[in-house]
Amino acid sequence: MVEMACLAAGGFLGAAARYAVNVLAARRPGKLPAGTLLANVSGSFLLGWIAAAGLDRLWMLLLGTGFLGAFTTFSTFASESVNLFRNKERRMGVAYTGLTLLAGIGAAWLGSRLGA
Amino acid sequence: MTWFLVGMAGMIGVLLRYGLGMAVWQLMPQTAFPAGTLAVNLIGCFALGSFAGWTANGRLSPRIRTAVSTGLIGSFTTYSTFSVETLDLIRQGWWSGAAAYVAASVLGGLFLARPGAAAAGGGKADGGHG
Repeated sequence: MVEMACLAAGGFLGAAARYAVNVLAARRPGKLPAGTLLANVSGSFLLGWIAAAGLDRLWMLLLGTGFLGAFTTFSTFASESVNLFRNKERRMGVAYTGLTLLAGIGAAWLGSRLGA
Repeated sequence: MTWFLVGMAGMIGVLLRYGLGMAVWQLMPQTAFPAGTLAVNLIGCFALGSFAGWTANGRLSPRIRTAVSTGLIGSFTTYSTFSVETLDLIRQGWWSGAAAYVAASVLGGLFLARPGAAAAGGGKADGGHG
C-alpha cells in the first residue's frame, strides 16, 4: 500500500509538472516541441543522478518511477516527431528526434557521474 | 483545473506502467534487455495514436482529451527510464543491445504513434505520410 501511495503521489506531481512546463513552453514561438524536450532531458538527468546515488526503495518509487517517470514521456515525444515529419518539417523532425535521443542519454550520463 | 485532471490521470498512468512492467519482468526475469519499458512505451505510442485518431472529430472536450493524452498516456510511457536503461546497456558493453533497444523504441514508437492510424480503418484514410 505504501508503494502504491508513493507511485500515485509521484505520478500526480510529475504529470502536473510536465503539463505546466508544456503550457509555459507553448508561449514561445517556434516549431520545436521545447516543453517535452526540456522535460525529457532534465528528467533523464535527474533519474541518472538518483539511480547512481542509490536511494532506498520507497524514495525510488516516489521520485524515480513515479515523479520522473510521469514527468518524462515517450508517447508525446513520438507523436510530436510524427507530426513534424507529416507537416513536411523534416529537418525539424530529425533535429527533435536526434536532440531528444542524444541529449537524453548524455544528460543521464552526466547525472550518473554527479550522483555516483 | 486541467492541471488537476492531468495529475489524476497521471496517477493512473504510473500505476498501470508499474503493473505492466512487473508483469513483463516476471515473464522474463533473467534478461538484461529492458523489455518492460519497451512494451510500455510501444503500447502507449499505439494508444496515443489511436486516441488522437478517435478524437480527431472533436468528440471529447479539450480538457478530457488533454487529461487522457498528456496525463494518462503521457505518464504511462516514460523517457527518463529509457535514457538510463540505454546508458546501462552501453556501460555493460552490450552495444548491439543498446542499438536494438533504441531502434525498436524510436522506430516502433513513431510508427505506432502515427496520429489517426487506427482510425483510418473505420474512417477516412490518413495522408499516407510519416
